[in-house]
Amino acid sequence: MTTVPLRHAVIEVADAKVSFGAVKALDGVTLRILPGECVGLVGHNGAGKSTIVNVINGGLSPHQGTIACAGEPMLRYGIAAARANGVRCVFQELSLCPNLTVIENTRVMHRTLRGWGWRSRAARVIGGKLDEIFPGHGIDPSSVVSDLSIAQRQMVEIATAFSQVAQPVNLVILDEPTSSLDASLATQLLDYVRSFVAAGGSVIFISHILSEILSTSDRIVVMKDGKVVTERPAGEFDEHSLVAAMGSVVKGRDRAKRIAETTGLTPLLSQPSRRGKGIAFKALPGEIVGLAGLGGHGQTDTLIDLYLARSGSWLPDRKAEVAFVAGDRALNGVFPLWSILKNLTIADLGGLSRRGLVSEPAEAGLGQAWKQRIEIRTQDVGNPILSLSGGNQQKVLFARALATPAPAVLMDDPMRGVDIGTKQEVYAILRAEADKGRTFVWYSTEMDEVCLCDRVYVFNNGVIVAELEGDAVTEKNILAASFMGAAA
Amino acid sequence: MKKVLSSDTIRLLIPALSLTILLISVFYLQPRAMSYSGLNLLFNLAVPIALATIAQMLIMTVNDLDLSMGTFVSFVACVAATFLQVTPLIGVLVLAAAIAIYAALGVLIHVRNLPSIVVTLGMSFVWGGLAVLILPAPGGQAPEWARAVMISRPPFVPMAIIACILIAMVSHFVIMRSSFGVILRGVGGNTRSVERAGWSILGARAATYALAAFFAILAGISLVGLTTSADANIALRYTLLSIAGVILGGGEFTGGRVSPIGAVIGALTLTLAGSFLSFLRISPDWQIGAQGAILIVVLGLRLLLNRLENRGKRS
Repeated sequence: MTTVPLRHAVIEVADAKVSFGAVKALDGVTLRILPGECVGLVGHNGAGKSTIVNVINGGLSPHQGTIACAGEPMLRYGIAAARANGVRCVFQELSLCPNLTVIENTRVMHRTLRGWGWRSRAARVIGGKLDEIFPGHGIDPSSVVSDLSIAQRQMVEIATAFSQVAQPVNLVILDEPTSSLDASLATQLLDYVRSFVAAGGSVIFISHILSEILSTSDRIVVMKDGKVVTERPAGEFDEHSLVAAMGSVVKGRDRAKRIAETTGLTPLLSQPSRRGKGIAFKALPGEIVGLAGLGGHGQTDTLIDLYLARSGSWLPDRKAEVAFVAGDRALNGVFPLWSILKNLTIADLGGLSRRGLVSEPAEAGLGQAWKQRIEIRTQDVGNPILSLSGGNQQKVLFARALATPAPAVLMDDPMRGVDIGTKQEVYAILRAEADKGRTFVWYSTEMDEVCLCDRVYVFNNGVIVAELEGDAVTEKNILAASFMGAAA
Repeated sequence: MKKVLSSDTIRLLIPALSLTILLISVFYLQPRAMSYSGLNLLFNLAVPIALATIAQMLIMTVNDLDLSMGTFVSFVACVAATFLQVTPLIGVLVLAAAIAIYAALGVLIHVRNLPSIVVTLGMSFVWGGLAVLILPAPGGQAPEWARAVMISRPPFVPMAIIACILIAMVSHFVIMRSSFGVILRGVGGNTRSVERAGWSILGARAATYALAAFFAILAGISLVGLTTSADANIALRYTLLSIAGVILGGGEFTGGRVSPIGAVIGALTLTLAGSFLSFLRISPDWQIGAQGAILIVVLGLRLLLNRLENRGKRS
């Protein structure tokens, strides 16, 4: 379908170097993407994946190195040139305009949709692509994006990137596309990626879910510290060798589960069954309780209800009972204009202040202590929070909750888009805190994380349909419970 | 459950409803207003306000705010009553230069990443000063054609109503329906994603500001057409009136959520609120406070409705 000889790469980045101040984000990266292949890109947060993506989509010019499209070196490579060469990108954070309809967002992405009747043309383009990738999606193209759920927005964004209006689509970069999709939608997407690649398109696929990378990619590129460390066909990797190549160690998951010796204790948190159906919720001191099930089936609502029921709405409580770790970092997690330290200490200013004034030495001390404890990678906690990579920002949010004296911490899928190394560190912190008697209620969309919990409630359609404990917490049981409930 | 009303329609419902209620109360208090000339008198001052409100709304579409709207409209009124009437060519050139300055302001605000409030507040003194230079004492004369348009008496429907409907329709088409308007609102909603799609935010901002200046100029000319002469302080109230009109009409300060039809309705409501209070024989001393009270009631209603809508979405 393409006139380009097969040997010409869709895009070729040679020896790209980018540095932000003293930090070398890219240190001589060479990447060739051939037509008709899916390249998996893996690495820690901060390994340079986002930077190379930004170089390829034209948002960032490398300080050194060359870029060539279809064999021709590009001297002035920018967003417009990238789009003209058929490079599209689905970004990790959702990037639609929330005030516009799906149709209007399609128009924003496609310059050529204009003149009389652009609305109906755009509706055909986006509707057709949604039907093709996600059959049965149930999204009305004329609805406003802010009325859609996160998963639906992600679907729209993916469909927009793959849809073709005037310029051909040669290369689609998918940065964590499945992080907001549940399992069945993710499967639909991965199937579509395969068929797109089979038809001669190229895909750069970034995901922290290694099984997706392994099953979907033809070739896997491993990055670390701004360099490509390994590049091999996907068949030569398995999960262990991939993780080993990234340089972090996955600890064995078969650690002994806590035995429920707590039967006599009074629960720290409890909630009657939702809408009069399903199982009631309770959490005991020192327990890690998981909330599982397909995405968006009432887990977040449960967490919010638990939080609101235990925090004063008008007057600040002297003693906080619960702390909350938000999932959507950009929306309700970080204060983007504040420093790392201020972001960390905001939850416990009451504990740090004397006579209504915040004690600066106490605040700085707390910041230092947590910086060391959770290894926030920064020179100075006075730096702005946005200078940190996504995973490190999330660590700060964890520290914010853990620094409070609250005996219970609620977590709303906080590990979305966090690299494996950071995750392992946070898991260890959670376990240590739980052993000291803290309670965690943890909603996660990733099965591995749910399986770390002591006890798991499985949600379906807004109610808890199953409770699994100890050794019964397995992927098989959770899947069975979440799908059995859907059939009932 | 099929959704009957889109959120945009609900947004429009409150301003439309408050205008209707206000109109009914005015008719109840003063049945003679229910006539061709009565309606014209009630609403003809709404025409320049509606135009200024649309101009303000454009600026608010890209998450900015124009605090110089009142002085700019006054400046335009002074130009219209002097240059535009005596030497039309120079008048047109001056107004074209004003549009260019507005576009340049958009560029400046974007490139230097300045708060629009500060820049436009500064510019308000510039416009005010220029207006005083042009017309040190109240005077001048409206151009014949502007006067003719504003006092024209089309059959059946008064000019003020036709003008307002026309303003609403044209601005709705440009901002809500055209592919160009989508980009403007996209800039307000998520600048980064519009930029990533290869659009020039700089160009979009400049175009928005220029278009806003164009509507503000229409506001100034129509105002002079009504009042026949101008004064450097003629439209100072327009800054806050235009902002209130946008908000009353369902627009928001950030996020590119605006509604041109709502903005025109908002402007009509504000104008009518003044007449309503006069009909109630409330002393002018209290009128501004009472106008504020009407604003608070309407905005309170909207908050309530938003909350209901969100509750409906969650359950």
